[in-house]
Amino acid sequence: MPVPKKLLQIKNLQVTVDGKTILHDLSLNIEPGKVYALMGPNGSGKSTLSNTIMGHSKYHVEKGKILSRGVDITHESPDLRAQRGLFLSFQYPKSIPGVSMSNFLRAAYKAVKKKEIRVFDFNKLLKQKMEMLHIPKDFADRFVNEGFSGGEKKKAEILQALVLDPSVIIMDETDSGLDVDALKVVAAGVQQLRSPDKAVILITHYFRILQYLTPDVVYVLKHGHLVAEGGHELAKRIEKDGFDEFGKNLSDPHAAKKRALETTHTAMGIEMEEGKPESEESPFAVID
Amino acid sequence: MTTLTERTKPIASFQNIDRSRFDDKNKERSVKKATLGLTEEVVRLISSEKREPDWMLDKRLESFRIYEEMGMPKFGPSLAKLDLNEICYYRKSDETTHATSWEEVPADIKRTFDRLGIPEAEKKVLAGVGAQYESENVYHKLHKEWEEKGVIFEDMDIAVQKYPELVKEYFMNKCVPFRDHKFAALHGAAWSGGTFLYIPKNVTIPMPLQAYFRMNASKGGQFEHTLIIIEEGAQAHYIEGCSAPQYGMSSLHAGCVEVFVKKGARFRYSSVENWSKNTYNLNTKRAIVEESAIMEWVGGNLGSGVTMLYPCSILKGDHSRADHLSVAFGGKGQYQDTGAKVIHIGKETKSNILSKSISKDGGAANYRGLVRIFPGAEHAQVSVNCDSLILDEASISCADPVMEIHEDSAEVSHEAKIGSIGEDELFYAMSRGMSEEQARAMIVQGFIEPIVKELPLEYAVELNRLIELEMEGAIG
Repeated sequence: MPVPKKLLQIKNLQVTVDGKTILHDLSLNIEPGKVYALMGPNGSGKSTLSNTIMGHSKYHVEKGKILSRGVDITHESPDLRAQRGLFLSFQYPKSIPGVSMSNFLRAAYKAVKKKEIRVFDFNKLLKQKMEMLHIPKDFADRFVNEGFSGGEKKKAEILQALVLDPSVIIMDETDSGLDVDALKVVAAGVQQLRSPDKAVILITHYFRILQYLTPDVVYVLKHGHLVAEGGHELAKRIEKDGFDEFGKNLSDPHAAKKRALETTHTAMGIEMEEGKPESEESPFAVID
Repeated sequence: MTTLTERTKPIASFQNIDRSRFDDKNKERSVKKATLGLTEEVVRLISSEKREPDWMLDKRLESFRIYEEMGMPKFGPSLAKLDLNEICYYRKSDETTHATSWEEVPADIKRTFDRLGIPEAEKKVLAGVGAQYESENVYHKLHKEWEEKGVIFEDMDIAVQKYPELVKEYFMNKCVPFRDHKFAALHGAAWSGGTFLYIPKNVTIPMPLQAYFRMNASKGGQFEHTLIIIEEGAQAHYIEGCSAPQYGMSSLHAGCVEVFVKKGARFRYSSVENWSKNTYNLNTKRAIVEESAIMEWVGGNLGSGVTMLYPCSILKGDHSRADHLSVAFGGKGQYQDTGAKVIHIGKETKSNILSKSISKDGGAANYRGLVRIFPGAEHAQVSVNCDSLILDEASISCADPVMEIHEDSAEVSHEAKIGSIGEDELFYAMSRGMSEEQARAMIVQGFIEPIVKELPLEYAVELNRLIELEMEGAIG
């Protein structure tokens, strides 16, 4: 079967959350075989975009479309999107007490692949992927994200991607909260997922992960607008000069206040996320 | 999850039950008018049919007099629609408390059997229309092993004949006296069938003793009496019930379980109850726990229209311990009023209560608990945790944990949590390809995992499967 030219298309997307418009007229094209970096300062709408692509009910698409291999999925439920090969590696994955990683992933595997798999065969597959990520054996029996360290959570997300083998992998700040060694392991995991028929979208405001995974296309998001698009060199430029030069003409009523806060937090070494409690986990947490 | 600070108001919702599918079933059967309602005549009839010795008849009559004196319980779900004069308390041996043919069993129950993958022969036993299935041989082999160790595992009716001294000593006097409450008195007068289990001193039975090995021996599942004596230093695990729905014609189940755990002994009583939804399940379960002994209750309650069930441990001996683990599921038209009761009398006694409840489709699942620490029960340790999961706005759950502490040295911790399935958790599971139903079922199964894991595997698997079935169509 020929791989379609466009795995995912975002067309003129306008998204509101609790009545507030977060994304404005956003368009992106995701093609197979490529790695994308979606960059932007805090509050630029990166997480809103990833949650909207995956179909979270809190995010309302007011205008525009999301197409998966040409099929309109704008109003599809998240499970159907997953079955089409979309995968979101969460910035803050939820815990599911009482459900083991292996049971959770086997149920997900059966749903996504639409086929049965014997426990024995599945455990073999899981074990193989866990070894790849240097994850200890007992991990499979632990409850989903329950009591996981920041680094373990990120690794668990990548593990899920490796098991479910999606065609579009969106990684929402997967590089935050990882030390250098863990970052390398995670990057190697993502490298495993790369193939001519898959696309990887790295959402980040760091540059660390981009040292290990070179993006083919860099998108810059600010105040919910796409403000720049370019190749790998664009990321380099941002690393040097920051986001300030982009989208200067865009109005953001909270910009001044936010910038002041960000400066303070940066000075204090604290990271601020959209609508999340500050420093739920330190970006420099060391994983076990 | 937020901490429960105020009680939500309970509702009586039994009237919502779709009775129609049960009601026309026994038209053809000619149940004599005389056998409806409990009278002295009926009590005498039960006793004479069973050819009981006079001492048991006397106990029944005494209990009957108390039953007549006592009023209905003044707490919990409404029992206004339960007409005790419309209940058939005893059927002669040619009659049956169950459906008499497979055709009589309601379609939804048959469907559940199919979905659970229960073998044909076993389905009929569960529905009460078949004879014991092929476990006979297994049973006899085990029975021989147990007998050699002096274990008695018998039908309660037979135990009255064969072991009168033991039954006389323990039956409904020290543990659950007739006067305990109206339904205990009713039970004492009308009881029939059940299990008698005796484990001699220092004997350990590693595998769970299962009541279904002798399921067809006691057709009178309605007022069955379970009497369990675990002698000093002995250990056993008894498991009763079945997570597949049990279909009975009668609308009242008032069983009684009495357990004696002697010095240094350890006993676990597991039960999964899933009575058909036309039933009032008013069950009494109690254990007396002696010095350094351990009693564990593990229970799951899924069925019945109304359930009132509060297993009780009396920690009589010093250093005795009780664990109460329970899960209750209140679906459409169901009112589950369940909980635990622990009485600390001995010194340095310990109790641990973990209750999980789920309510859905307008059902109610409440926790009602009592922990009483007597003066002199020094250094008692108590931990009570009740978690409720409410799956929709129409459903209800409330916690009423009463603590009566008359000892300064007691250490008591209590936590009550009430919550629903979070939008983000649901999104997380669905983003991995699971349907909303599947995701909800998985979260619910995770919620009750701490209790389900304590059940033998086949029960745990079946209970999880049943939760999945109950969760189907959960989406509004």
